[in-house]
Amino acid sequence: MSTQVPPVEASPAAPSTVAPAGDSVGDAARRWWAGIRAGDLGILPIIIGLLVIVVVFQSQNDRFLTSGNFVNLIVQLAATAVIAMGVVFVLLLGEIDLSVGYVAGVAGVATALMLLPDGSNELSAGPAIVIAIAIGASIGLLHGLLITKLGIPSFVVTLAGLLGWNGVVLLLIGTRGTVTIQNDTIIGVANDFLSDGIAWLVLLLGIALYAGVLLSGRRARAKAALPAEPIALLVLRVAALAAIGAAVVAVANDDRGVPYVFLLLTGLFILWTYVLNRTTFGRHVYAVGGNAEAARRAGINVDRVKIACFMIASSMAALGGIVLASRLRSVDTNAGSGSILLYSIAAAVIGGTSLFGGRGNIRSAILGAMVIMSIDNGLGLLGLSSGTKFVVTGLVLLAAVAVDSISRRGRENAGRA
Amino acid sequence: MSTHPILELRGVSKRFGAVQALYQVDFKVHPGEVMALVGDNGAGKSTLIKCVAGIYPIDAGEVLFDGNPVQVHGPKDAAALGIEVVYQDLALADNLDVVQNMFLGREQLGSLRRLDEVSMERRAKETLDSLSVTTIRSVRQTVAGLSGGQRQSVAVAKAVMWNSKVVILDEPTAALGVAQTRQVLDLVKRLGQQGLAVVLVSHNLHDIFEVADSITVLRLGQSIAEHRTAEVTQTQVVESITAGKLSKVPGLAEEVVA
Ligand SMILES: Nc1ncnc2c1ncn2[C@@H]1O[C@H](COP(=O)(O)OP(=O)(O)OP(=O)(O)O)[C@@H](O)[C@H]1O
Ligand SMILES: [Mg+2]
Repeated sequence: MSTQVPPVEASPAAPSTVAPAGDSVGDAARRWWAGIRAGDLGILPIIIGLLVIVVVFQSQNDRFLTSGNFVNLIVQLAATAVIAMGVVFVLLLGEIDLSVGYVAGVAGVATALMLLPDGSNELSAGPAIVIAIAIGASIGLLHGLLITKLGIPSFVVTLAGLLGWNGVVLLLIGTRGTVTIQNDTIIGVANDFLSDGIAWLVLLLGIALYAGVLLSGRRARAKAALPAEPIALLVLRVAALAAIGAAVVAVANDDRGVPYVFLLLTGLFILWTYVLNRTTFGRHVYAVGGNAEAARRAGINVDRVKIACFMIASSMAALGGIVLASRLRSVDTNAGSGSILLYSIAAAVIGGTSLFGGRGNIRSAILGAMVIMSIDNGLGLLGLSSGTKFVVTGLVLLAAVAVDSISRRGRENAGRA
Repeated sequence: MSTHPILELRGVSKRFGAVQALYQVDFKVHPGEVMALVGDNGAGKSTLIKCVAGIYPIDAGEVLFDGNPVQVHGPKDAAALGIEVVYQDLALADNLDVVQNMFLGREQLGSLRRLDEVSMERRAKETLDSLSVTTIRSVRQTVAGLSGGQRQSVAVAKAVMWNSKVVILDEPTAALGVAQTRQVLDLVKRLGQQGLAVVLVSHNLHDIFEVADSITVLRLGQSIAEHRTAEVTQTQVVESITAGKLSKVPGLAEEVVA
């Protein structure tokens, strides 16, 4: 009958995820290896994937690994990564948002129209951005209310959104055909660069901040006599960030410099990672995605969490739409169409956020966007058509989901499901 | 034992479509009392508990807490009154770790409204230690990796961590080994001695006779009898469970509700 007794047999205890006090980097490495063998792959598949991409494209066209193309790549992946960050929230719930492409389109077009110099109601960049994001948030609110209060599956609501917001884009553009953007601030988002010195300064501040956060966290745990990471591992983490950051800044400075969108991406990454990992709301997002009924019984307002996630997804889509419009310096009837929707969702999934809810992080949006856009960029350099791009990206997506499914099976076998 | 019940249900009814899960159930438990709730599969025990916890709204009847009628609209209301529940299906989120599950919905915050992971982890550990749960190696491992018994220990620890007045346990020992069952039964006794009201759902009459002061029998959604454990034998209880006289005719129930 309704008896739901958990299985009695004990599954083999999973290796602990937190280091016991006083352990060494060697122990940490062994734990990491054990995790991988148990199907907890982390970012390993992505790193390998990126390496393969680099080797393949560089061998075909030696323009791939140039500083100029590196800077191009950052600018190209920005919009996808921004939108994908919002998609992560929806995927964490175990839901989907198919409307993010055209929501980005609506926001991009709205921004361009608000900035039209001939209009009597011309706005400056700041208010225009705020209003465009607010439009995105309202769209997300509408989606969220339909999904939670009427109980319509998110797939259907956002599929209707995909059509509906595409229509709104066409209506907004009207007979104009193309609206060019002349506002320097908006154009600058994707087309301006930090000066060399400022870029190094920002990097130094970032490293100091990261080290400070790690150290204070470690000290708090030590003070409470809880197991903490070995200090050597902490040093290793900071060193890794410093090395990667220095490489990015050095290579970018060799060309036009670090694009402002890179700062935007970093800021959004820190913001949303903080929200997901350090706030009650973030905890509740994971709980709802993992077991909605348990969340409800813990007194969590499940509907409110879901609505908030759809609002974040649409707001980030709106911001991504502004970034895209900035890069293209104009919007037209194609705003938000084409690959942008599928690339954004695929980015989050390729980066390691599960389609089944409860598992994933913001990092996955950026890593996945890196993979997808380097393929897009590399195939573009080889002069291959969109057709080839889509086929290859589709195969990569399939591979990523296959890795997810296989590693899930590994986790289940190891009792880590 | 104090004179008036801390939690009392009067004439509570609950229907799921065609199933009359509860019909005019009376139930009460006093502070310091361990009340066993028994009945066959499908008798309505879990439904009764979920009504008290505010998971299901009741169709009729009233719930009194400390003598006052209360409306429990959700788990938050129940927790605010001081009612904690360990559900039969445990209601843990597999993707969260032990600490995260134990504090779910009641996270402790530090500066800047940040989750205070350190103090949550410490309190979770203390609670598990106080229950002598030694088999969980790390409180930072996800619940998915725990055995059935370990999961149950986490669910019990989650319920007793909050200075509550009523603790309701729906078959808390169903998946436990001998030693762990011992721990939970001792815990139930200890909670009663500390003056809490404990409601224990179990099919194991031997356990019930060991720890319970009183026994309420449910049969086909109706409260059949309340026994003092000291005054009955197991055979008598089994008789009420399987053949207790249904004072209210189920056929009538439909008319009353409709
Ligand atoms: N959510 C629900 N929807 C419909 N019917 C339900 C629901 N929950 C319980 N029921 C029905 O209500 C009746 C009582 O179920 P309940 O789970 O309360 O029994 P129980 O006494 O806890 O049994 P067990 O000993 O098997 O746990 C059963 O007939 C069951 O099928
Ligand atoms: Mg039950």
